[in-house]
Amino acid sequence: MLVIQNLSASIGDKPILRGIDLTVPDGEVHAIMGPNGSGKSTLSYVLSGRDDFTVTGGSVTFNGQDLLVMEPEARAQAGLFLAFQAPVELPGVGNANFLRTALNAIRRMRGEAELDAAQFLKAARAEAKRLQMPDDMLRRNVNVGFSGGEKKRNEVLQMTMLRPKLAVLDETDSGLDIDALKIVGDGVNALRGPDFSALVITHHQRLLDHIIPDAVHVLVAGRIVRSGGAELARALEAEGYAHVIAEAA
Amino acid sequence: MSTALAQSHMASPSEGFLARYEGLMKRLPGAAETRLAAAEILRADGLPSVREEAWRYTSLALLGETHFHEALTEAAGFESDIDLTGLDRLADLPRLVFVQGRFNAVQSRLPTGITVRSFAANADFGSLAHPERERLVALNTMLAEDGAIIEVPDGVDGGMLVLISAGRDIGGTPVAFHPRHAIRLGSGANLTVIEVSQGQGCYLHNPVTEIVVGAGAKLSHVRLQNEALAAFHLATIYADIGAGASYDSFTLHVGARLARTDVHARLTGAGGHAAINAAQLLRGNQHSDFTTVVSHAAPSCASRQTVKHVLAGRARGVFQGKIDVAQIAQKTDGYQMNQALLLSPDAEIDCKPQLEIFADDVKCSHGATVGDLDPEQMFYLVSRGIPREEARAILVRAFLGEVLDMVEDERARAMLDRVVDGWWVAA
Repeated sequence: MLVIQNLSASIGDKPILRGIDLTVPDGEVHAIMGPNGSGKSTLSYVLSGRDDFTVTGGSVTFNGQDLLVMEPEARAQAGLFLAFQAPVELPGVGNANFLRTALNAIRRMRGEAELDAAQFLKAARAEAKRLQMPDDMLRRNVNVGFSGGEKKRNEVLQMTMLRPKLAVLDETDSGLDIDALKIVGDGVNALRGPDFSALVITHHQRLLDHIIPDAVHVLVAGRIVRSGGAELARALEAEGYAHVIAEAA
Repeated sequence: MSTALAQSHMASPSEGFLARYEGLMKRLPGAAETRLAAAEILRADGLPSVREEAWRYTSLALLGETHFHEALTEAAGFESDIDLTGLDRLADLPRLVFVQGRFNAVQSRLPTGITVRSFAANADFGSLAHPERERLVALNTMLAEDGAIIEVPDGVDGGMLVLISAGRDIGGTPVAFHPRHAIRLGSGANLTVIEVSQGQGCYLHNPVTEIVVGAGAKLSHVRLQNEALAAFHLATIYADIGAGASYDSFTLHVGARLARTDVHARLTGAGGHAAINAAQLLRGNQHSDFTTVVSHAAPSCASRQTVKHVLAGRARGVFQGKIDVAQIAQKTDGYQMNQALLLSPDAEIDCKPQLEIFADDVKCSHGATVGDLDPEQMFYLVSRGIPREEARAILVRAFLGEVLDMVEDERARAMLDRVVDGWWVAA
């Protein structure tokens, strides 16, 4: 699914990622943990194609394609999805219209028929209900006036509607209470299968109680310093990052 | 302007128009002295120049260089060329169609319950125009051949009326027409007027419209300026709004090589309300100016202006907005907002807000923003697989949404939406 080799990236002159190697096989969920400033979010942005980061070395292959040469929209159309840590507000853009436009752009790429408004709304309402989102969230403007938790749920709604092959969740757990955390976890788990992989970026282990990862990687100062199974997340929660950082140094 | 300056300039651009007036004067309807006075103003001062404060940002040089067809324009023969498909659901409504500035009975469908007369048969110049102050109005006064005089009696709901102008050059030679309209609502009357200006090739459409909204009456005025891209559109509106009356207007400038709308709105009775909103969507080398003067001449009136510009290519947008509050106009509530989205580094916006307040108990605010599309919002959209062009269109629509949403009539709104969508495709 995703093969990252020796990936380096900087913002301006400042190196953030310093040689990341990571492989996420088909059907697996991997977690990336690490202290603040370790480059977790940068990794998610570089994968999704934000242009304020410069890739200075290495490669990323997504289902055999060179991801780094693709435009962000092409990456999404190829099946990559980024759940934003801080989703932006789009005043004047209706949530349902936005999501239908995105879904139809992706369906066109897949060679599937576009959904009309009625077909779309039926599907979106069912998903929104499953995510326990209030009825009017589809009618409101994208993320405008949403609480932190509603914004994150809206990201998960988009993810489940767009059915990506690989979802990158950038601290989707931040700002969520226990109930919302479970809903988000259930949303991701519902997608799990042989054709879906995820990269769950998180500072804390608690989301990983709901989304049990196949592997956990610890990112420190732009490098993966340790990898292990789900138990690594629990160990980090108990011992903190200091231990791992000291070990890596 | 000093005479020396005027003479050092090239031949006055109004000469061609004056010559035309000389040729036509015996055939033009209405009071000869009114036209003669207007001609004197033009002869003395010519067309407005960028040396004048009110025209600092908009040059009429291009108009001055254009030689217009000499003959009185004939509407005959153009009927089959008018494309009314853009009206869509508005096609069912009563409408007045003007071709080359002349009323066209074949294409029109007269309304009931309200009075409509033609200016050609009844040259009513009205009482609100100031040809001595606005020289394009002098030009209109000198050469106006036709127009619609629309009157709604007291207490009558006149429903909706579409006013269409279609222009077209004749065999490649530009034509000029100067329609003279009036829309007058009696006390407590109601009317929605949807004005559409369109055409082909190069022509000058220089309409003057006098609007009187009687006490407690309500006029909704939606204007779509969708002229041919080589055309000139120079419109002047005078609106007097009575006590407790409401004038609710929206103008969309999307066509023409050079366009300007001047709105002079006067709130003459207590509790009146004026909304003078606009959007300008420009690309290529289009120049478009929206200029308003809102005079609060009575207490407890409110005026609202939201003007949005979307500028691509080398387009230039202008907004000049003046709010005058007379000493008597206590409890005035004035609001003006001007926002521009520049989609290209070569696009330009000039904005001149002006407040002149002589009353002391007044609430007046104005603001302006200029910017590009927000990169964070763009990235969010494209990261969802939405193609870049579509994403830009979504954000531009969202930007315009705020002012388009103020158009109450759903059918008019649908027409404007289609034009905005079409603009994006063509841009």
